[in-house]
Formats: sequence, structure tokens, C-alpha cells
Amino acid sequence: MTDNEHSHPHGHDHQFPHVPITDEGAAAGRRVRLLEDLLVEHGLVSRDEVRQGIDWLVSRSPADGARLVARAWVDPEFKQRLLADAREAALELGLDPGPSPVVVAVENTEDVHHMVVCTLCSCYPKALLGPPPEWYKSLPYRSRAVSDPRGVLAEFGLDLPDVELRVLDSTADIRYLVIPRRPEGTEGWNEEKLASLVTRDSMIGVANAAAPSASASSARS
Amino acid sequence: MRYLPGQEVRVADRFHAGHHRTPGYLKGKVGEIQRVHNSFPNPETRAYGGDGLPVQALYQVAFAQNDVWEAYSGRQGDRLCVDIFEHWLEAVE
Repeated sequence: MTDNEHSHPHGHDHQFPHVPITDEGAAAGRRVRLLEDLLVEHGLVSRDEVRQGIDWLVSRSPADGARLVARAWVDPEFKQRLLADAREAALELGLDPGPSPVVVAVENTEDVHHMVVCTLCSCYPKALLGPPPEWYKSLPYRSRAVSDPRGVLAEFGLDLPDVELRVLDSTADIRYLVIPRRPEGTEGWNEEKLASLVTRDSMIGVANAAAPSASASSARS
Repeated sequence: MRYLPGQEVRVADRFHAGHHRTPGYLKGKVGEIQRVHNSFPNPETRAYGGDGLPVQALYQVAFAQNDVWEAYSGRQGDRLCVDIFEHWLEAVE
């Protein structure tokens, strides 16, 4: 089998040949370096700009998203502002909402659970959540999150009750941030303590916010 | 802005050679406008050094999972909400 003739167990066939799309291996790293060399060579981007972009990305963390969620849990009016315009809400808390991509926050309720995927690449609200986890960029997650989302959630340890599951495929300019439900048993908690329950995975929608007893354990990478 | 929330639309079932942001698994499927986002530069020309103009309206379209996947085994009422540019949508009468 040549590179252009690989089989397609993932539900599409060919209208034009392409090499197998995989996320792993050194080939991707080599491709990125070659692309970077070409972009620099043609004066489209400088090494410094690349470095600044990477520095910005790795300086971002889900702690920022967690602050937004915790504030929304304690302040219903702030929650409305977050749902209406997440960028303005982030600025209100002194957070960096990042460059142009538009962040839209969606709220999990007792009737609806949201879960986010980007089937076409790996779109993600990086400014508020940091770099996306490896699994988020993997082909299995990207394909199964839309076709078998409840199966995927079960593998993450989340057995959804009888609620509507709404999968958001962020195919274009919008980046989605899930506001998980506030856990029971957190009445009277302050924002900082609440934020410790807001895991990265809960803001992607593959998990609920941590239960109060589990708050001491850290998020897995 | 051609479509309004609640309106039924079909995703155009056409081949597009080159970069585009309409997932193949939705081509030809019928959904409902859930939300009107904003207008953005067209990625189909922007990807090749163009300016992406004219901008295209972007909609969040909701599809019933059962309409997208024949073998969907989840709950009735589960939905898939996908952002699709206006020039990929057709009105359903």
C-alpha cells in the first residue's frame, strides 16, 4: 500500500489522494521545521515572532478559564455577561482573551451538557485554557466526539444522565468554552476555592467540575 | 444575513477542491439555524494568501444526531452544533 492508498476506517473515501493524516511521529516535527524555514526564508514571519508566539501559548493556562467560571458561579449577572460576550468578560477580570478568535461561552445545565471538538483541526480557546491536550488533537477524539460522543464521555469516566448532549464542532472562527455545572456541596465557597474545582477537562466538556472532596488532587495532563 | 435562528437549512453537497471549513460528514444534511455568529473573512481564499473578502456570515447550525448518523446509539434529542459559513447553506422549503 502506498501513502496515497491507505484504507479509511474512519468513514470517508477519496475524491483526491492524500497521505495518511496522523498526529504522531517525528514526521510532523520535521514538517513544522521545514514550514518554519520556508516562512522565514520568504520573510513572512521572523524567528522572534515564532518564539513570541510559543512563549505566549505556553504562558496561558486553564487557571484563567477557571477564574471566569468561578465568577460566573457566584455572580449570575457576570454569568450573563460571560455568555453574551466572553471577550469582554475576560477583560473585566483582567484576563487576556487573546488575539482575534471569538470565544463563545456555553453553559451546562440540568437539561443540556456541552462538549467541544474541532473535527477539522484542533481549534481551542488557547488564550483562556492554554495549549490543548494531546488527545484533543488526536484523530480518534476528533472523529468519535461527533459520531459516538456518549461512548467517548464514558471513556473519560462521565456517564451522562438523561440530558441532551450537545456536541459543538468548532469548525471556523469561534472558540467554545464550557461553563460546567457548579458541584453540590460548595455553598458558601469563595471564588478562589471554587476555581480549584474547575478543571481543564470540565471546560472542554469531557468531564464535570471536580467534586469538593477531590479538590486537592491536581488535573492530569 | 440570509438566515435567522429557527430556520431549516441544508448543507450544500458539493465538492470543493482546496481548503474549506465545511466538514464532509455534514454535506447534504439538514439542520436548524441555532445562532448567528458574525461575519468573517472567507477561509477558502484566505488560506491561499487572499484577503478573504467579501466576508461571509457564520452560523451555528444544529443537527439531530439521528439525522447525521444512521447508527447513532445515543439519546434521542442529542444534537451536533457546527459552525458553517453562509455560502455553504441552502434554504429548505
